[in-house]
Amino acid sequence: MWSWVAHRVTGVAIFFFLLVHVLDTSLVRISPEAYNDVIGTYKNPIMGLGEAGLVAAIVFHAFNGIRIILVDFWAKGPKYQRVMLWVVLGLFVLTMAGFLPRHLMHVFGGE
Amino acid sequence: MTTVADPKAPRPPRAKPSRLTTRGNTELYGWVFMRASGVILLVLIFGHLFVNLVAGEGVKAIDFGFVAGKWASPFWQVWDLLMLWLAMIHGTNGVRTIVNDYAERPGTRLVLKSLLYLAFVITVVLGTLVIFTFDPCPSGSPADLLPSFCTAS
Ligand code: HEM
Ligand code: HEM
Repeated sequence: MWSWVAHRVTGVAIFFFLLVHVLDTSLVRISPEAYNDVIGTYKNPIMGLGEAGLVAAIVFHAFNGIRIILVDFWAKGPKYQRVMLWVVLGLFVLTMAGFLPRHLMHVFGGE
Repeated sequence: MTTVADPKAPRPPRAKPSRLTTRGNTELYGWVFMRASGVILLVLIFGHLFVNLVAGEGVKAIDFGFVAGKWASPFWQVWDLLMLWLAMIHGTNGVRTIVNDYAERPGTRLVLKSLLYLAFVITVVLGTLVIFTFDPCPSGSPADLLPSFCTAS
């Protein structure tokens, strides 16, 4: 049940991010300066943490989405749906453990 | 005297079953699409995030030159185009379901869905145009902001 709520919330959040994301990317058609200025304002620790949150949302939505698909199409899916939720959480932790140190190093690190 | 219907006549056929929201199998196709697009999006988006956030210098390296370097290649143009379309259809269809679930008054539904479809059209058209009309070497721009291949020849 909570996983269903989380799937909804992350889906909507990613959707609204995408609307803004296409808009800011479209600045490349105005001028290199316009794009670099706006992207430059994203390069601070707060946005860096926001990016980490966005990636967390995507990773959960993606893995849980695969679980939903397996429950629907795999004959044994419904039987293992709880186990698969633990697999989703395990993969989520692994992926974030691989991603976060590197990303935070880019955001906070010197070089 | 007016006649009544012959009691032994066969019952007239029922009207075709009518569904409340859609005709035919539209909802089924939507359901299948959500799953098929989800699998493809996983690959596209994870690839996008890896190349833009993890590889090389990560987010710090993103600027006009970075985007121009990627979109100089048809490979990334097609990649981004597919990602744009699939994510927008998948996301819009998902949000539509959520509007149907929570907005009960017909007026509210109509307003929310109109806004949703408007956002869909604007975003997909804008994003598609940007990919296809992109010029990596706009004339008159300072060379240090452009990718290196602009000055090569
Ligand atoms: C913080 C994470 C992200 C960063 C830093 C980022 C960065 C970028 C950059 C630099 C571009 C320009 C072209 C390119 O590099 O291919 C781009 C384009 C694009 N990104 Fe992302 N992105 C992020 C997350 C996402 C996510 C989660 C999605 C999907 C939901 C997405 C979908 C797109 C699309 C569809 C385009 C093409 C836009 C257009 O047609 O104008 N991005 N992104
Ligand atoms: C990364 C790969 C993704 C996978 C594997 C995936 C998978 C899924 C699946 C299987 C569903 C359930 C559909 C149903 O119940 O009929 C779903 C729903 C949804 N997805 Fe995705 N998705 C992905 C990316 C995205 C993106 C990029 C967005 C936003 C632009 C998004 C937004 C949504 C929304 C809003 C819903 C509706 C949630 C609900 O009805 O409760 N998804 N997704």
